[in-house]
Amino acid sequence: MNNIIYLMLRRLRAPLITLIVVYALSVLGLVLIPGVDDQGQPWRMSFFHAFYFVSFMGSTIGFGEVPYAFTDAQRLWTLICIYATVITWLYAIGSLLALIQDPAFGRLMRRRAFAGEVSRITEPFYLVCGYGVTGSRVVKRLANREIRSVVVDIDQETVDGLEIDGLRVRVPRLCADASLPDVLHDAGLRHPCCIGVLALTNQDPANLAVAIASKLLVPARMVISRSERDVTTANLESFGTDLVVDPFRAYAQYLVLTTHSPYMHLVYDWLLNPRHRHMATVHKRREGRWIICGFGRFGRALFSEFRDDGVELTIVDEDPSQVREDVLSVRGVGTEAGTLREAAIETAVGIVAGTDNDADNLSILMTARELNPRLITVVRQNLSANAPVFESARADFIMEPGRIISNRIMAQMKTPLLPIFIEHMQAEYDDVWAHVLLNRMSRVVGDRELDSWSVCICEEQSPALLMLREPKRLTLRTLAKDPRNRERQLPCIVLMHRRGEAIDMLPGELLELQAGDEILFCGLGEAQREMEWTLKNFNVLQYVLTGEEHSHTILSRLLGHGRQV
Amino acid sequence: MNREKVIYAFFIVLALTLNFGFFVGELHNPYHHNIYELFAALVVSLITTVLKFGDRTHIGALMMATSLVADLQLVTASLIWGYATHIGGGVDQMVVASIVSFSGGALMANIVSVILLVVETVMVRR
Repeated sequence: MNNIIYLMLRRLRAPLITLIVVYALSVLGLVLIPGVDDQGQPWRMSFFHAFYFVSFMGSTIGFGEVPYAFTDAQRLWTLICIYATVITWLYAIGSLLALIQDPAFGRLMRRRAFAGEVSRITEPFYLVCGYGVTGSRVVKRLANREIRSVVVDIDQETVDGLEIDGLRVRVPRLCADASLPDVLHDAGLRHPCCIGVLALTNQDPANLAVAIASKLLVPARMVISRSERDVTTANLESFGTDLVVDPFRAYAQYLVLTTHSPYMHLVYDWLLNPRHRHMATVHKRREGRWIICGFGRFGRALFSEFRDDGVELTIVDEDPSQVREDVLSVRGVGTEAGTLREAAIETAVGIVAGTDNDADNLSILMTARELNPRLITVVRQNLSANAPVFESARADFIMEPGRIISNRIMAQMKTPLLPIFIEHMQAEYDDVWAHVLLNRMSRVVGDRELDSWSVCICEEQSPALLMLREPKRLTLRTLAKDPRNRERQLPCIVLMHRRGEAIDMLPGELLELQAGDEILFCGLGEAQREMEWTLKNFNVLQYVLTGEEHSHTILSRLLGHGRQV
Repeated sequence: MNREKVIYAFFIVLALTLNFGFFVGELHNPYHHNIYELFAALVVSLITTVLKFGDRTHIGALMMATSLVADLQLVTASLIWGYATHIGGGVDQMVVASIVSFSGGALMANIVSVILLVVETVMVRR
């Protein structure tokens, strides 16, 4: 606010001084020039009359000559004054209007409006820095869950784009450099309702600055950051960033999972991705040699992940000198049949078209499929505008890093238990286990979105459960019952149970619950809403447990007694 | 050299001297106090105030405050004068005395402004 007033005053100095000087000269002239009164006697205007005359002359011109008709000398001076004052007024008003239209002034006003809007938020919100592919997907999915967010992006066009995205909740936005502390301050970094900070810009230093500022101010608050280089990742992790996602590495891990355990990959995909892949996509042979076209950032990340997994590889790149000696490499882009034949495409199981040119990638895809129709195809999409073309290309995997990392971020924000579940699944279980789980999931949700949520047995999330006097009767099966008809089960599966440090994967239905337990469910979103009834309403819980419907009012208690007696 | 400061110094000293010129003389004697000088003092004082608009330093804000005080007193003095000549019963000794004493108040404010200016100038070692 202060800034605006200072800027305004500073800009208005020159017009105001001009106005004062012109007024002073006009008044002085009128006072000095001799005139005559109505009796023809010599008369001089006083300062009072002169100021009165000049005041209305400057703004209106035409009140008549007061208090007596002017002499010719006075009229000559008035003529000069009219032009001088009108021009000065135009100048002063013009400067004010120019100031209002000034882009710098507009920026200041927007900044002020933004800071005001953020400070008035009274519900929990996320601060999202960077509104790219990932940022916009996360904000949209948060908005669909009616969770508010605040967006800062350095590009005005992206910020304007947010306006036409038509989100369900109002999202305050600002075009500014998120790595500057005062910008973050205005965006609500110190706001008590800010529950998480997401640093998703495509600049590693900016993400680092945002993450470190947030961790310094409020160490317990969740910080999620994107990172493109291993150095930054290590740095971010060193001060306790809750989740660091490297888009290329994340996608490479995702893809590697599909080669050695396709069912586990599907479980992962179903849990994280709202539009999941169909089960039938598994039936392709995946063990064998892969071809990677393009050895850039993506190619390199993929190469190291595949290699750690022991997959045989062939690299196709225009400059094979960067590739290590012990790896089979072919010179070329991969768009011609000759290059691909040289890379022995007939015996490969999969191909990754991973150059940074979308047209090249599509061309590689088409050529490769012609040479070997049974190939698993992975194609990298660089520009989101090309999405329709890529959809009709019918590749097995379209690599959009933004999508993958936004799914991971959403999973982390929905419930921190989900990443733990996935980690344990990958470390301890095999593909057969995953296949069984997948079949169960498929029976529950079919083709609809698989949602996941966690329940904590605590005062805040499940007050009804704690009101029970004999908690030993409470089992997992009770929670999964339909509160409208206890004979039926809700469409959900218990994925994990955590008590302190002990983790129980896919626990049995008869497990007895204690205060402080955390349970991870997956299933249809409506099951979560139904479950809330059991968790939060004691009467509903009674019904689910015993099948009897009590309402605990005095009246019903009296009536109940009467009946017993 | 800071041109802005020099211009401000010129105007504040001009305001002080004009004010002083109006103020000196017998307090209630209309012949010792020139109305044109009061007018000039008021105009220059207004300009001095506007010159300090938008100054974000502490001392700059102080200077604006003191010159606003001078403006207020001079405007009051002019109003009294205008009322006496056109609405009241003419400029008598009592009216002149009050006009001049108001300009004396403005003079004090101007002196404080000049002292602040001197302080600011001394603080800058260039």
